[in-house]
Amino acid sequence: MHRAPGTLHAALIIARKDLAIELRTRSAFLSVLVFTLLALVTFFFAWDQTAVSAVDLAPGVLWVTFTFAGLLGLHRSFGVESPDRAIDALLVAPIEREAIYLGKALANVAFVSAVLAIAIPALALFYNLPFGRTILMLGPVAVLAAIGLVAVGTLFSAMAVNTRLSELLLPMLSLPFFVPVVMASAQASTRLLAGRPLEEAMPWLRLLAAFDIIFVVACTMAYPFTIEE
Amino acid sequence: MTAPRAAPARAPLFDWLFILSLIGVAGVLIRIVWFTPYEATQGAAQKIYYIHVPAALSAYLALFVVAVMSIVYLWLRDERSDLLAWSAAEVAFLFTSVVLCTGPLWGKPVWGAWWTWDARLSLTLFLWFLTLAYLVLRGAVEDPAMRARFSAVLGVLAALLVPFIHLSVYLFRTLHPMPIVLKPERPSLPSEMLLTWTLAVFAFLFFCVVLIRARYRLELARQGVGGVTNA
Repeated sequence: MHRAPGTLHAALIIARKDLAIELRTRSAFLSVLVFTLLALVTFFFAWDQTAVSAVDLAPGVLWVTFTFAGLLGLHRSFGVESPDRAIDALLVAPIEREAIYLGKALANVAFVSAVLAIAIPALALFYNLPFGRTILMLGPVAVLAAIGLVAVGTLFSAMAVNTRLSELLLPMLSLPFFVPVVMASAQASTRLLAGRPLEEAMPWLRLLAAFDIIFVVACTMAYPFTIEE
Repeated sequence: MTAPRAAPARAPLFDWLFILSLIGVAGVLIRIVWFTPYEATQGAAQKIYYIHVPAALSAYLALFVVAVMSIVYLWLRDERSDLLAWSAAEVAFLFTSVVLCTGPLWGKPVWGAWWTWDARLSLTLFLWFLTLAYLVLRGAVEDPAMRARFSAVLGVLAALLVPFIHLSVYLFRTLHPMPIVLKPERPSLPSEMLLTWTLAVFAFLFFCVVLIRARYRLELARQGVGGVTNA
C-alpha cells in the first residue's frame, strides 16, 4: 500500500508526466516554436525601420508574440486529458485537486520558458540587439511574465476544454487577463533594453510580481471549483 | 432540475416599478435637454456628461453585483445567486456599452479625438470585454451546474483583475477629466447642473436595479416553466 503523496510532490509527478508526454511527441513544442519564430520574422516586415528603432519595437513584438504562442501551448494543457477521459484518472488519484492544477501549471511554465529560451536569442538576432544584454535583461522579466500568464491560462484551459467553443473561448477569457502582464513586461523590458535606470522599470516589475502572487494563489484555490463533483 | 417555481412565473415582468423607473429616466432626459443651462466652453456636448457618468456608475453597480454574487455562489451554491449574477452581467454589458458610446461622442468635440488610451477609457473597455467573455462563457457551457461554477470563477477572478488593469493603465498617463462631483472638496458644479446630475444618477441607478430585477425574474419564470416541462 502506497502512501498518498503530498500536494507539492504530487504536483511534481504530474508536471513530470506532462513534460514526458511533450518530450516524447514534441508536437506542441515544435509548432509553438515555429509559430513564435514566424511571428517575430513577420513583424519585422510590418515595421518602418526609419520611424521606430529596433530597441523600442522588439520588446513589444516579443510580448505580443509570446502571448499568442502561450495560448497555443496552454490549450493543449488540459486538451491532452480529454481523449479517453484521462482527466478522470487524475481526479480519482489520491491527491489534492490543487496538486493537479499546480502540476499542470509547472509543466506549462517549463514549456513556455523553453520557448522563450529560444525566442529571446532569436529576437536579439533578428532585431540586431546587443546579445548578452538582451538575454540578461529580458530573462528575469520573461520568468515573471511566464508565471502570471500560465497561472491564469492553465485555469482557463481547464474550463475551456469543457465548453463547446474551447479553442475560441480560451483566448477570449485569457487575453483580458494577459493585458496587465503584457503591458508591464513590455514597458519594463523597453526601459531595461534602452539602458534606463532600474528604478524606471521597478513599478512595472512590482506590478508583475504582485500579479503573479495573487493569481497563482487565486487560481490554485479556484481550480477545484471547475471540476465536476 | 429543481421543483417548478410557479409563483414567479405568474408575476408580471413589467410592473409598476419598471414603469416608474422609465418615467424617472424620461423625466431626467427632458430636464437634461431643456431645463439645464449650457456649459460655457463645451456647449451642448457637455450634456452627455449627465448620461455618461450615471451610466458608468450604474455599470459599476451591476458589475459589483456580479462579483459579489459570484462569491456568494461559490460559497453557498445557491442557484439564485448565479441567476442574479447573470442578470447583473447582462445589465452591466448594456450600461458599459452606453458609457463606451457616449464617451467618444463627447470626446470628439472636446478632446478632438474619438478615443484615447486614457486610464479610465481603457479600464472601461476591458470591463466591457470581460463582461462579454462572461456572457459568451455562459452560452458555451450546457450543464447548468458547471455553467454556474465556471462563470462564478470568472466573476471572482475578474474582480481580482480590475485593480491590476486599473494600475497598469494608470501608469500610462491619464487624460480623463478629474472627478467634478465625487471628490473630497465641494463639487465644482453650479447648483442647477449639480441637481440635474444628481437626479440623473438616481434615475439611472434605479433603472439599473429595476432592469436587473426584471431580468432575474424573467430567468426565474423561465426556469419554472422548464421545470414543469421536464417534470
